[in-house]
Amino acid sequence: MPARKPGRGDWPAVRLHVVSGKGGTGKTTVAGALALALASGGRRVLLMEVEGRQGIAQLFDTAPLPYEERLVAVAPDGGDVFALAVDTEAALLEYLEMFYNIRRAGTILRKVGAIDFATTIAPGLRDVLLTGKAIEAVKRGERSGEPTYDAIVLDAPPTGRIARFLNVTSEVGGLAKVGPIKSQSDSVMGVIASKRTAVHLVTLLEEMPVQETLDGIEELHKNNLPCGGVFVNMMREPRLNPAEITQALDGTLDEADIRAGVQAASLPSRLSTDKVVDALMTEANEHAQRVALEQTERKRLSTTDQPIYELPEMNGGIDLGALYALARLLRQQGAA
Amino acid sequence: MATATKRTSPTAMAALPDSCPILDTDALIDDRGVSVIVCCGSGGVGKTTTAAALALRAAERGRKVCVLTIDPARRLAQSMGLTELDNTPRQVVGIDAKGEGSLDAMMLDMKRTFDEIVISTSEPDRAQAILDNPFYQALSSSFAGTQEYMAMEKLGQLRQAAQESGRWDLIIVDTPPSRSALDFLDAPKRLGSFLDGRFMKFLSAPARGAGRFGARIFTTGINVVTGTMTKIIGAQVLTDLQTFIVSFDALFGGFRQRSEATYAQLQAPDTRFIVVAAPERDALREASYFVERLALEDMPLAGLVLNRVQPVILPELSTETAIAGADRLAEANEHHLTAGMLRLHADRAKNGRRQRRLAESFCAAHPTVPAASVAALAGDVHDLAGLREVAHELATE
Repeated sequence: MPARKPGRGDWPAVRLHVVSGKGGTGKTTVAGALALALASGGRRVLLMEVEGRQGIAQLFDTAPLPYEERLVAVAPDGGDVFALAVDTEAALLEYLEMFYNIRRAGTILRKVGAIDFATTIAPGLRDVLLTGKAIEAVKRGERSGEPTYDAIVLDAPPTGRIARFLNVTSEVGGLAKVGPIKSQSDSVMGVIASKRTAVHLVTLLEEMPVQETLDGIEELHKNNLPCGGVFVNMMREPRLNPAEITQALDGTLDEADIRAGVQAASLPSRLSTDKVVDALMTEANEHAQRVALEQTERKRLSTTDQPIYELPEMNGGIDLGALYALARLLRQQGAA
Repeated sequence: MATATKRTSPTAMAALPDSCPILDTDALIDDRGVSVIVCCGSGGVGKTTTAAALALRAAERGRKVCVLTIDPARRLAQSMGLTELDNTPRQVVGIDAKGEGSLDAMMLDMKRTFDEIVISTSEPDRAQAILDNPFYQALSSSFAGTQEYMAMEKLGQLRQAAQESGRWDLIIVDTPPSRSALDFLDAPKRLGSFLDGRFMKFLSAPARGAGRFGARIFTTGINVVTGTMTKIIGAQVLTDLQTFIVSFDALFGGFRQRSEATYAQLQAPDTRFIVVAAPERDALREASYFVERLALEDMPLAGLVLNRVQPVILPELSTETAIAGADRLAEANEHHLTAGMLRLHADRAKNGRRQRRLAESFCAAHPTVPAASVAALAGDVHDLAGLREVAHELATE
């Protein structure tokens, strides 16, 4: 399939990057950083969200996004990130028009509540529409040999729902065994279950997110969905070496040495050396406990065969600058 | 685990500004006039832990508590004896109860709760037909909002059981891990209005034979709609759907009423909401929306619980001063350990101040909302001792 630019990094063949993860792990942030990373070097990337909460607009600090592809960021060395907040109802009307040329009927459908029905309950239909929109963006322009986008990044529903969200065929299959919805979902599946898609999972080094990630990987495999990388987010910067971590855990740090260090650091005289030493020892102990826990969780994660990427905790919070920094780290690690 | 923090806690900077009223969680759980506490907030902020911790403390202070959890971490669930998802409250052993205090816990099984409603409100044959229908199966297992509705439904059942048997005098509910905290409030209405909606009636009308609604509302529209529906989803799906609606019809009125009654319960004078958040922009934004929404709906808010707060120990040693000190040591190429510790302090101070600013802006926007905070624990909470510690910190903060 001819892309505008040859693929690179660990996922050269992938055009659709689906980003999922447990709530609170920074899924949208990682999706945004990945989009920036993929765009760098003069590429064009579409970042999509499907949960109607305008997370992308907040991330890139722009006004709420309409149902329209808009340029939201320019990668540092050239390259564009477009963003789209997919609205299910608009996607349905668009779909009706595209495939049946029946936008007017759509208006009537809306009046009787059928659109509400279709987009909230008709099982799988909503998901077919949302994933269908992503696939449409993947395929756009391909026939002319010049795809509109080099890559699509989809900020997808959380891990607990991801397999069901993507596995549209089986969900729709139980209900629509023939008909256009069935063929549409088959064509969507043709891309999603192929090497052109990767489902990435975002996690923190904490018990529940790691568990959910491991369960998610298993579920993706079980459903024959293409599992991508594991993105470990908000990792703490190691300020102490492994030997010091062990001592901090055991409470055997050399207090006299630390005291001498605090004095040598010539802090302002209003700060009592005792208090500073005390505070630093407490913080080192807490830090060491956290690091030990993170190491345990990191070990559990390494039981998977998926590539693992690590992103640091941004102490100043996530702003545009932080997003660019994360994108750079993703490129360095080969995620894009 | 967090005992190390206690050593220097007197000099730690408070996570919440002084102007913020204090949420007295002990007064809340001791108040016999309060029989339901709903913990809500966006996903990943520690709702389940907060709910479980409050429940344990309430039981140990003499309340007869039932805690309804939605999706607890495996080890936390095990520690509470929740080894299987059987939709029934089970007694938690190992609590240090005072007086007649007791603690029961249960995990919500959404599909089972829904099935039970169907079974209890329909004739056996009809119930089976509903349970077998593919649309019902999809509705009961994947409709966005079913979990929220079933959580409320279960709360209603527990409340009734509590009144009848006297087994519990306090029910604490954790809410589903939705993206947005507001989903919990909106879902039942959505489900209720959907099930009772015009479209459902419209679809079921042809199957009832008379075409009542078609004749009255859309004489011409009806053919366009059914024609379009057939075209898009196929005739077989439409038939399945109509069968489902007709067999489900008897439940419709009941559903609407049920969801309204469940919703109304949340405005009862013995109910309190606790909004749970983490000191992050998104979580606090959701918390803000929720606080405003509760006020609008006349639902009583007890306050905000701010979890996972990074304590700032020794705030007088600022980020900049600590980094400058570490740099001096690095230049002299000595005391690497102390330099690392100073940088660690700088990281924490910076993060703590950012969180404090977020908390300040929340409190400024909601000056009357009481709040309590819990420091980020070094490890995960997965036993009763951990829960006890969280609750203790909530109460004494």
